[in-house]
Amino acid sequence: MTTSTRGAAKVPAVLVLEDGRIFRGRAYGAVGETFGEAVFSTGMTGYQETLTDPSYHRQVVVMTAPHVGNTGVNDEDAESRRIWVSGYVVRDPARVPSSWRSRRTLDEELAAQGVVGISGVDTRALTRHLRERGAMRVGIFSGNALPDEGTMLAEVRQAPEMKGADLSAEVATKEAYVVPAQGEKKFTVAAVDLGIKGMTPYRMAERGIEVHVLPATATVDDVYAVDPDGVFFSNGPGDPATADHAVSVMRGVLERGTPLFGICFGNQILGRALGFGTYKLKYGHRGINQPVQDRTTGKVEVTAHNHGFAVDAPLDKVSDTPFGRAEVSHVCLNDNVVEGLQLLDRPAFSVQYHPEAAAGPHDAAYLFDRFVSLMEGQRA
Amino acid sequence: MPKRTDIQSVLVIGSGPIVIGQAAEFDYSGTQACRVLKAEGLRVILVNSNPATIMTDPEIADATYVEPITPEFVEKIIAKEQPDALLPTLGGQTALNTAISLHENGVLDKYGVELIGANVEAIHKGEDRDLFKEVVEEVRKKIGHGESARSYICHSMDDVLKGVEELGGYPVVVRPSFTMGGAGSGFAHDEEELRRIAGQGLTLSPTTEVLLEESILGWKEYELELMRDKHDNVVVVCSIENFDPMGVHTGDSITVAPAMTLTDREYQVLRDVGIAIIREVGVDTGGCNIQFAVNPEDGRVIVIEMNPRVSRSSALASKATGFPIAKIAAKLAVGYTLDEIPNDITQETPASFEPTLDYVVVKAPRFAFEKFPSADSTLTTTMKSVGEAMAIGRNFTEAFQKALRSLEKKGSQFTFTGEPGDKDELLREAVRPTDGRINAVMQAIRAGATPEEVFEATKIDPWFVDQLFLIKETADELAEAPELTPDLLAEAKRHGFSDQQIGEIRGLREDVVREVRHALGIRPVYKTVDTCAAEFAAKTPYFYSSYDEETEVAPREKPAVIILGSGPNRIGQGIEFDYSCVHASFALRDAGYETVMVNCNPETVSTDYDTSDRLYFEPLTLEDVLEIVHAEQQAGPVAGVIVQLGGQTPLGLSQALKDNGVPVVGTSPEAIHAAEDRGAFGRVLKEAGLPAPKHGTATTFAEAKAIADEIGYPVLVRPSYVLGGRGMEIVYDENRLEAYIAESTEISPSRPVLVDRFLDDAIEIDVDALYDGEELYLGGVMEHIEEAGIHSGDSACALPPITLGGFDIKRLRASTEAIAKGVGVRGLINIQFALAGDILYVLEANPRASRTVPFTSKATAVPLAKAAARVSLGTTIAELRAEGLLPATGDGGELPLDAPISVKEAVMPWSRFRDIHGRGVDTVLGPEMRSTGEVMGIDSVFGTAYAKSQAGAYGPLPTKGRAFISVANRDKRSMIFPARELVAHGFELLATSGTAEVLKRNGIKATVVRKQFEGTGPNGEKTIVQLIHDGEVDLIVNTPYGTGGRLDGYEIRTAAVARSVPCLTTVQALAAAVQGIDALNRGDVGVRSLQEHAEHLTAAREDQ
Repeated sequence: MTTSTRGAAKVPAVLVLEDGRIFRGRAYGAVGETFGEAVFSTGMTGYQETLTDPSYHRQVVVMTAPHVGNTGVNDEDAESRRIWVSGYVVRDPARVPSSWRSRRTLDEELAAQGVVGISGVDTRALTRHLRERGAMRVGIFSGNALPDEGTMLAEVRQAPEMKGADLSAEVATKEAYVVPAQGEKKFTVAAVDLGIKGMTPYRMAERGIEVHVLPATATVDDVYAVDPDGVFFSNGPGDPATADHAVSVMRGVLERGTPLFGICFGNQILGRALGFGTYKLKYGHRGINQPVQDRTTGKVEVTAHNHGFAVDAPLDKVSDTPFGRAEVSHVCLNDNVVEGLQLLDRPAFSVQYHPEAAAGPHDAAYLFDRFVSLMEGQRA
Repeated sequence: MPKRTDIQSVLVIGSGPIVIGQAAEFDYSGTQACRVLKAEGLRVILVNSNPATIMTDPEIADATYVEPITPEFVEKIIAKEQPDALLPTLGGQTALNTAISLHENGVLDKYGVELIGANVEAIHKGEDRDLFKEVVEEVRKKIGHGESARSYICHSMDDVLKGVEELGGYPVVVRPSFTMGGAGSGFAHDEEELRRIAGQGLTLSPTTEVLLEESILGWKEYELELMRDKHDNVVVVCSIENFDPMGVHTGDSITVAPAMTLTDREYQVLRDVGIAIIREVGVDTGGCNIQFAVNPEDGRVIVIEMNPRVSRSSALASKATGFPIAKIAAKLAVGYTLDEIPNDITQETPASFEPTLDYVVVKAPRFAFEKFPSADSTLTTTMKSVGEAMAIGRNFTEAFQKALRSLEKKGSQFTFTGEPGDKDELLREAVRPTDGRINAVMQAIRAGATPEEVFEATKIDPWFVDQLFLIKETADELAEAPELTPDLLAEAKRHGFSDQQIGEIRGLREDVVREVRHALGIRPVYKTVDTCAAEFAAKTPYFYSSYDEETEVAPREKPAVIILGSGPNRIGQGIEFDYSCVHASFALRDAGYETVMVNCNPETVSTDYDTSDRLYFEPLTLEDVLEIVHAEQQAGPVAGVIVQLGGQTPLGLSQALKDNGVPVVGTSPEAIHAAEDRGAFGRVLKEAGLPAPKHGTATTFAEAKAIADEIGYPVLVRPSYVLGGRGMEIVYDENRLEAYIAESTEISPSRPVLVDRFLDDAIEIDVDALYDGEELYLGGVMEHIEEAGIHSGDSACALPPITLGGFDIKRLRASTEAIAKGVGVRGLINIQFALAGDILYVLEANPRASRTVPFTSKATAVPLAKAAARVSLGTTIAELRAEGLLPATGDGGELPLDAPISVKEAVMPWSRFRDIHGRGVDTVLGPEMRSTGEVMGIDSVFGTAYAKSQAGAYGPLPTKGRAFISVANRDKRSMIFPARELVAHGFELLATSGTAEVLKRNGIKATVVRKQFEGTGPNGEKTIVQLIHDGEVDLIVNTPYGTGGRLDGYEIRTAAVARSVPCLTTVQALAAAVQGIDALNRGDVGVRSLQEHAEHLTAAREDQ
């Protein structure tokens, strides 16, 4: 039985919030210091997927579930090539993982990837604080010789804010690559990578789609160079208000009337392309238990969320946009935040949440089928 | 889509008496459902034979029928009430089976009653093994996941033997269809075991069907609780992981929520399969529970079973998450959808979401094997536990250790001192799942076992095993540290160590540890169960303690009353005490107090966050209670702590609470001592001039012998300070007395054994009364049907008493008042008397709410527990009379002549237990309580009320057929008249030779049958045991002969249990049964709601 975590557990660590609140705990993962936006995630499963979701780039993630690392780290569940969170806050890290698929411990993985974490803090108190005060900048400092509190706080306050951050290019692929269709190839999709998760092209490939994943910098010409039946805009980190390039590419796609599907950041891009604004939520939606209603059917799906920004579109009416009529197709029942948009005159829709669901429930997988039918419709 | 408008009235079926596998959780569920339906403006009609429930309180439903839950009686209720709909999913298997019968016999059609919440097809698909297997196959086709264990359906023993070959040999699992709590199922390792288990299973199954299954022993076990609405929205409310792997019934397993050792991918597979199953089965609206096994080697998922109804697990899930499954199921049943129902706790978000937890919940079962010494204590797929405790912590170790101490049973907490024992021996012991296996595992770890060895022996998941190591390592650090530093102490508390455990490890007294801890400022904080891991603000103060940073207890203005509950259900301390606590909470809230409930039993109404203003889901130990009192005193004024209503658990804390400066209201700790201590109580009796049976206390055999010699045999012996007659025995001779003293481990100079003269042939009487220091309110007088010597909890009784006269009542009243006054009671007192000859002896007094309070309250239509709570806080009986909470004049001792007669009957768990040879355990009643629950029969005359109580408890009394009579010599005289009556009712009497002879001499014809030891006769004449097994006997009267162990009677009584033939073990019960049979044969058994009875009684009182 390994006791490496027990040894590391003795190293002190401090979490300092931008408003001056401090939590003390023990080092977890790499020892050092890190900064980012403090956000909390309420999922009880799927930490490996969360850690490797590029949308968490530059965020320090607080896990509300107390036990983290129980199933270790395996070679299958990562959503991208690396861990993206800038820091990790847990209450009770596992000492021994248990899963027939586990290859190494989470502690080892975090340390190997240089991710600074903290354990043993009152994560519920921290979560309540963020809920009441909103997401804010944070620093984690660990090691045997820590700076004084004033110094740490000053450092936190110097860190960049999430509002106004343009981060897609930092996480997206630099080179285009292809995810082949499973079985018979039926369609080609150009997927603009703004921070795409591995499960997204997989869900498309399962449906006979050959997915050409393009860098965030891809132009309209790059998109059409693959002769796509549909175009996809992925999730990703940062403030959608900065994503002017992606917005202009999407407008190019909308003008041509190619079937279009967006997820998360992609939904915000669609919102902007249609002329809606975006805004930062107080503390965002991060979890895998969020009730979203499909307003066309009235049905409720339990969905995976990871967004700090949202689209500001009217819920009560159909809007006129440069691309025809648009409406809010999905809303979150917890707080009425816009969770999906669709054009009524062109084959384009998007959702703010994660139908690829890794981690999370599979209730919204039908959206990939909807994308397929749009492409089928276009062909017919 | 809002509520349906075509349903104006709904019949809800409860679950009847508390039995193993079907307990208080259905009171919790049913109460929630009834309240919701009533709030929706529906007329709610309820049937439940269990008087100890909150749901049968007259204000919960519009018409409450405390009648037997049999198709016959429910039909009478339907005919009378003409409900539009029947909701069968909230009363466990009993309600579901009854609803199915009513559907199948056409009653529902005949009266146009719609089944809501589940349709018959869905119930069949969910419960019938064959059909469910098809469901799982269909699901696999659709989503590519989930399969059933390979299995074989059998309808005969030949099928069973063939099945084993088909499955490739032993071991196999045997599961009878349509039984509750997995009754009759088990593992068969060889043909002998197979024949026994499958044989019983075929009998138990209403469809004579058992399923044989491949063994998945040792796999990981999970449960999901799901809900679906009529729009096909489905949510998973909770995942539960069993600490004990496959092989132990989930009700007997330590279970954990949420699941701890699944990746998201694996969890989502279970979720997908679960959702596909609820759809495929066709549960239209409501909840269901699905159980899975997961192979730890490769993740292969097997769907074990589903329950298309609210269950024990759903109650646990509700308490674990704050998501009230039964309440929501009731709303869905009348037409709402999940998104239309607000989440009570956040009030702003809808119920169409999946709760997420930022804490860990651990449930631990509580067993009662000590009551059934001959029963096999190995845990199997048949549930054997009688109750459970749940604990919440911010991590597993904290929740787990809290759960173990919540069990409140000697040895349930881990101990880290003393020699652990031999490692290999302990590991061998840990292979067999038992009550307390977990302690063997911990001792094995202390003895040097490796994690791999522990896993090998137990198949407990390595993550859980490591948590045990973490606990053990923390204990080591505590033991080895030169001093108890703040860090070390805080760390130990974070892992759930109690002050008592820390004290034991450090060689300190518990209160010293506490003092040190408080001096260092190490105290728990209280967090909220909020369904959403703090994503939204919680409006409901449902708390648990944790050694963390920030507390969430809000300040308050109104004075608070803290009510201590009764902890896990156990034999002797069950739902009745919860009933009183809940009533206190309601009454005190109405009286302007803020009520604070403390309890750790997830099955109960008291731990519903709706019951009190604040709920602390916490163990009921001194430490935990003191911390809560402290937290509440920080929050605002505390008027007092009530210890009288939750049974012996809180009562036992009374003195220590007072010593710690806690205001204990009601009867003072000194008064409690005066009633419980033999010497002190003796002085009270002496001053009042009341006789008690001659007695003495002894700490050695010599002393006991001297006392017994003086007062004469038989004597009643028992340890002092016990509940439920634990260890109590009637001893007829010196040899047995010596053996008793030798066997009893509870005896020490500070805990002597009590030796009382045993009153043969006395009438036992129970009295519940209220006393405020000035006035006595006699709540009710109950006359036992069985004679003294049978524990009052196991004895049937009648209220008002059926053979006592005005003079007796007068004496009882005077004695009760003298004792209440002498002891110093402020609130409830329960006194047991024995009337022997013409002398009224006082047997014992309990200065607290008794088991019979709910029964008395319902029988007399007076809320005694509510009144007691008010009296505790200083209101007088006169004031309560003026207020209308108590009748303006008179009391339960002077009921009008035409008041209804209520009969309480105990329900015994015999069929649940087998000895290690697989034979049934003996069913003879004695001074040690062994019943798990009770029913009430109420009617205008005794006979009918008694017949109803029997029908509610064991099934209807036979009205014709064959009755077998075999009684002890001392009972032969009293048997003659009832036997003659049986013949008059057309029964054929069978008797053993001795009894037959007496009957013949008295001119009663009886057929002599062979005794068991005589064997089959020369012409193939069957023995009585064979006759019973072959279903040729309809009624059995068998009273035990004297003191001996297993005589012929044992075989007869166990056969009766196996075949579910009514079996009367006292002549008094026979006499009562004859009156019942008489009533049934006259055919005038009707149904009447408690509300109608109360109206009648109130009118009669006014006429008095």
